[in-house]
Parts: sequence; structure tokens; C-alpha cells
Amino acid sequence: MFLAFSQSRKVLGGLAVLALVASACSSSGATPTAAPATPTAAAATTAATAAPSVAVSPSAPAITCGTAPVVLNAYFETGFDIPFKLSDEFTKQYPNVTWKISQDQFTNLTNATPRLLASDNPPDLIRLPTMVSLVKDGLLKNLDTYVTAFGWDKWPAATLLQNRVSADGIRGSGSLYAAGLNYSMTGVFYNKKLAAQIGMTTPPATVADFEALLAKAKTAGLQPIMAWNASASGGGLAFPLQNLMAAYGPTQPINDWIFGVKGATIDTPTNLTAAQHLETWVKSGYFPKDVNAIEYTAANSRFGKGEGVFMFNGDWQNATYDKDQPAGVGFFAFPSATAGGKLAAMSSPLTYGISAKAKNADCAAFFLNWVATNTTARQINVAIGGSNPGGPSDLPIPAGAAGSVTIDTLASGAQVAKDSGGMDFIANATGSIFAQGWTPELQKMIGGKQTAEGLLKAVQAEYLKELSQ
Amino acid sequence: MQAADTSMPENILNRPDAQTDDRQRRSRRTSRSRKVRRETLLGWLFVLPALAVYGMFVLLPLAITVQYSLYRWDGFNTPVWVGMSNYVTVLTDPDLLNTIFNAFRLMIFFSLIPVTLGLVVASVIRRSATGSLGNVARTVLFLPQVIPLVAAGIVWSVVLSLSGIGNQLLTAIGLEGITRAWLGDFDTALGAVGLIGAWVLLGLCTLLLLTGMTKIDPALYESARIDGAGAVQEFLAITLPSLRQEIAVCVTVTVIAALRSFDIVYVTTGGGPGLTTMVPGLDIYVLAFQARAVGVASALAVVLIVLILVVILPIQWLSRGDGE
Repeated sequence: MFLAFSQSRKVLGGLAVLALVASACSSSGATPTAAPATPTAAAATTAATAAPSVAVSPSAPAITCGTAPVVLNAYFETGFDIPFKLSDEFTKQYPNVTWKISQDQFTNLTNATPRLLASDNPPDLIRLPTMVSLVKDGLLKNLDTYVTAFGWDKWPAATLLQNRVSADGIRGSGSLYAAGLNYSMTGVFYNKKLAAQIGMTTPPATVADFEALLAKAKTAGLQPIMAWNASASGGGLAFPLQNLMAAYGPTQPINDWIFGVKGATIDTPTNLTAAQHLETWVKSGYFPKDVNAIEYTAANSRFGKGEGVFMFNGDWQNATYDKDQPAGVGFFAFPSATAGGKLAAMSSPLTYGISAKAKNADCAAFFLNWVATNTTARQINVAIGGSNPGGPSDLPIPAGAAGSVTIDTLASGAQVAKDSGGMDFIANATGSIFAQGWTPELQKMIGGKQTAEGLLKAVQAEYLKELSQ
Repeated sequence: MQAADTSMPENILNRPDAQTDDRQRRSRRTSRSRKVRRETLLGWLFVLPALAVYGMFVLLPLAITVQYSLYRWDGFNTPVWVGMSNYVTVLTDPDLLNTIFNAFRLMIFFSLIPVTLGLVVASVIRRSATGSLGNVARTVLFLPQVIPLVAAGIVWSVVLSLSGIGNQLLTAIGLEGITRAWLGDFDTALGAVGLIGAWVLLGLCTLLLLTGMTKIDPALYESARIDGAGAVQEFLAITLPSLRQEIAVCVTVTVIAALRSFDIVYVTTGGGPGLTTMVPGLDIYVLAFQARAVGVASALAVVLIVLILVVILPIQWLSRGDGE
């Protein structure tokens, strides 16, 4: 259920919408359920440093980490700083909580998760690769009590959607089994200098505008789109394809297909239109001619060196882009088919869950809530991850560093959230739909051996085959 | 003889009891068989550690793989018995069959080219490069065996990329028209992967064959030369027949390398573009760890083992047949 390429885990594990419309302090922190004692209110209204003691309230049976020493048993993913930085900060604010952190590569974690959750020393907090089978086996804690206790149900619904699993094992509805540490955003990055060269002053308002820019870039002798499509990284053309799908059709059927809702199909008329546009792009030479041999890292380094006006990717790459071309990269959400139409984007939570047998489940849940609501935690999320920290929509999103592309990705994320345009990634529908379906078929399209129609039919057939195996 | 000698003390002991020859012989026989039994036991004892490790890490996993292949299983939920249906899938699914055919196509590059070229190179080295030049040639050719395949794969993907040295050389000699991303092109990807395999295995074959050539009696060549044989005739009449065993080893090793190839493909193409370079080894990995179809993956693994045996056993028989 995961995205195979290197940066995988951040890449769209799923739905989720970068909630946060950075705006309106609507009815302020005084949400009905949030009695003064709850950490949400405390963190929102007081300065970060003040939070600890306030949380302990005699009246309501508030869910906190208490005052007695607690050791949170956690499993993080190797190579990603965010959870480590957040746990350090958490201990600073709640000194009675210390951490026993184990870490492993994502793929190893994927294989080990069921055993870890079922073991005698189950993790209080664990990075989750997939959920449905774990939920079916009763290994994950149902978080519904925390949803009401912390008022997560007041958060933008799309934030939690992807971590819900229904009784019949379909994601996207039902009880909550995980929470996101932050929410990624995908769309179109552009080289500001080259974009100015082809006369782009504002981000395109429609797909047609965008296609006009591509044509201009081609005529100007520039590489219109930098992309990766080698099997080792997975077919990066799935990014523009899904953007096109959401531009020409609603997002719900796409999510249904990814979540495995019975009878869902990817072979729809609007998706065909989308695939036909992609095919035109391929035939017009908008992608590098060796794209089938370009891997993810190579594509990014070539874009960083100024090859390519546009690049479809996600905000996990922000830091690298800012480093390669300081203040030189911009970002916009993929435009809609018609001007003023709804915006959509693939977006996913950095998912963490709690073992059903966890000894410190309450404290772990309190941490998850703190990550989304504490001012310092939210700043860490934006500064290090470059991603939207989620949480209640009346909390401001911390600003990205001046001149950084993070400013653009956060702003676009807010727009998409307003349009409820969050989608999971079509590469996550089944375990190997990316490796055995999208990637080879998109490569064939590049090689002139597959049509738009054939692409969708072939992937749908592979989807049905994999669901039956 | 030795057994009789060592049993002497018993004979001496027996003699005062005035036993018949018959009894003596019988007792000697039983003691000898006891001895044999003890030695056999001792032998097994020595073999035991190795056997235990072999059983634990080869035979047991093999048996478990066969067992898994009869179930539908995602790796952690309760497996469901499905009998032979995974095998039916492996032998009827066009994508899976395609991976098996690819493995056979790779045999041309992994086996045929290194063995033939290795024969030629070894003969040349033996005839004309006996001194330090020969040593250098041997070292250079054998080097790919020392470099980790993953590293080699990464370097080759750079060499074969659109802007790589390969295409630069082609452009330099005026062949710009055929330059392309060799590993990303539908027509050339499998050949490019094969080329890397040939590069890796050529050194091994050359060295094996060269070693084999040193044991050929030089007098044979001398007499052939006196009879007026040229280099080609020498090669065909003396070298080739004398190297039957070595060639068999080369073919066996390289054919297995082709059929179970994984690392080079995984690093350079990942099975793409399309599924043009997908091989069983890689597909087993994808099926088991990405698709979580452990049953089908195991069935494909068992089919692969059987295929390797079917291809290898005739080679073994042929090489042994009239070897003596």
C-alpha cells in the first residue's frame, strides 16, 4: 500500500488534506468540548513553554502524560528527522516523559510492524506503512475515544479520512486508527528564471494555460518538464496523470479506487481524457527523451541544475530545491480544467499509530495531539519537514522561511484544503500496482507502445488481478 | 589389510580359549563391522555441523517455500490452502511467463558470450601473452568478479545513460544517430543488461578455462605443430576437447547466473521499461514483498529451481558421460 520510490514514505501514503486554511480564528480556541483543562486549548492560547502544568486538571478525566515518569516506546523511520526533533521538544516541555526510540528502514519496518505490534513489548507509537491488514488483525488501537476527547472531530475532516478504516476493511471511512505528524502536498514546482523566460507571470489558471506554457518552453528550446520514470524509482508520470485526472473529474472516485471500494474502476471517461492529455504531452516531447531511464534522484538533481521549467513533485523535496536554487524555485497546485474550478492534489499524512496493547496509549495520543496543536511543534514541522502540520483549522500555519518554496507549498495546500481536494496517490491502491501496473504501462506510453485507453484498461486489469491474489 | 592387523590383539586373546577358526572368523567379522559402524558414526559426527547448517538454511527454507507455494498468504494473516492454483497462475499469466522467457534470453549474454569469448581470450593469452602482459590481462578481466555487483550496476547505468561515456564515444566516432538511453529503451534494455552480465562473467570463464589449459600436455601441441596444424586446428583438435570439464563448469555457473539474475537487473533497470527486463528473481521479490502474494512468489521460486535443474542436469551428464 505504499509508494515504492525512495522518498516513498512521505510520498502520499494517502489522503489527507492539508487542512489548515490558515485563516479565521473563527470562534477562537474556546471550542465547546475543549474545557480549559484540555491540552488543545492550553497549547493554543498559552505560550509553548506554559503548557505542561496546565494540562493536569482535577475536574475532567483529561488524557495527559501525567506527572509520573513515563517511557514512551517508539519506532521511527531511519533517515527522517521530524519525529526525533518532535520527541526531543516534547520531553523538554514534559520532562517526566522520556523516549525509548528504535529506528529502522521503511521497508524493514513494513515487514516487522505486525510482529512488533503483537509482541510483549508493543510500541506506544509507531510509524505505519499500511493499516488495513493491521486493523483487521486487531493490532492497532482504535483512536475514536481520543477523537472526541481532544476534539479532533473539529479538524478538517479530510485530515483524518485517510486514517479511517471501516468495519469491512476499506480505508476512507469508519473508526480512526492513526494520526498524521504532518501532511504533505504535491503539485508543480517551477524554475522561476526559466518560467519568466517563457513569459509566465502568474501560475496558470487552467490546464489549457499550463499546456500553452509547455508549448512555449518547447519552442524556446527548453526542457518543458523534468521527470523520472525508471522502474527503480517508480513511474513519476503518475504524478501529472493523477493531477490531470483530478482536473477533469471529481476526486471521490479516484480515492474510492485507491481505497479498494467494491466496484471502483480507474477506467472512467474523465480519466481517459486525462490520460489522453498526458499522451499528447509525451508525443509533443514535453518529457526528457530518456525519461524511462531517469531515476528520482537524478531527475531532481537535473532540475536543480536548471534542466526543466516544471517538475511534478511533493513538498518533501522543498529543502533540496531551496538548497540547489536558493529563492529560485516556485510552486503551484495543478490548475483545474476551467478557470476558478476546484483545485486538487495528492497529499498524505505522515502516519503514526498506537499498538492495541500499548502500555502508554494515552500519553502517545496526547503526544499526537500536541504535535498538531503546540506552537513550537508546529514550527518544527514547517521548518524541518516543510510540510503542513495539520491540526485545527483555526490555528495559524507557521510561516516558511523567507524566499523558500515552502511558502508556496503551504499556501497552495491551504487552497486545496479549502476545495477539499485531497487525494491519496493512485500508486498506493494495492501493494504492487505501482511496480506492476502504473510504472510499466507509463513506460510503454513513453516508448510509444501504449495508448491512453490501453493504459487505463491494463492498470484496471492488474488492479483486479492483485485484489484477487 | 589394516583391519586384520589391528584385530591381532583380539586373536591373541582368543587363542587361549581354544576357539574354532570359524568362531574366530565370526568374531573378527563382528568386531570389524562394529568398527565400521563406529567409523561411520564418527564420520556422520564430523559432517553433522555442516549438515545442520545446510539443513537449517537451505533444506528447511526450501521445504517451507514449497509449503508456502500451496497457500494464498499475505505474509501475516492466516494462510488459505489453494492447492496447485499458484502454479497454474505462474504457468499461465503472460507477465510471469514473460519473466521466465527473459531469463532464457539473458542466457545468451550471461552464458554463450562469456564462454565463447572466454575460450578465445584464454587461447590468445596462453599462446601469445605468457609474461606480465598475461598477468595484467588476467587481472583486468577478473576484476569485475571482485567488484560488488551493485556498484558495477550503478557505474554501468551511468555509462549507459543518455549523457554517459557510452554515448559520448559513439558520438565521437560519428554514430550519434544511434545514441539513446540504453537501459531505458524498449529495444535495447535487455541487451544492455546482458552486456553487463557478460562483462562480469567473462573474467570468471577466462580464468577457469586458462587454468584448464595449463593441465594440457604441451607435447600434444608440439606434435600437432610438427604435423603442420595451425592455431585454429590446434584449438579445435586439442584445446576444446581437453577442456570439456571446464567448459561444463563455466556453462553451469553462467546459466545459473542468468536464470536467477537479480542484482544487476534490480540496480540498473528495475525490470523496466515496461516489463522488458523483468526476470524471475526480481519478480519473486516484487510479488513477495510488494504485492504480498507470498504464495505466488513461492510457486515462481519453485518453478525457477526446477527450471535450473532441468537445464543444468543435462549439461552435467553430457560433460561427465564420456569424460574418462
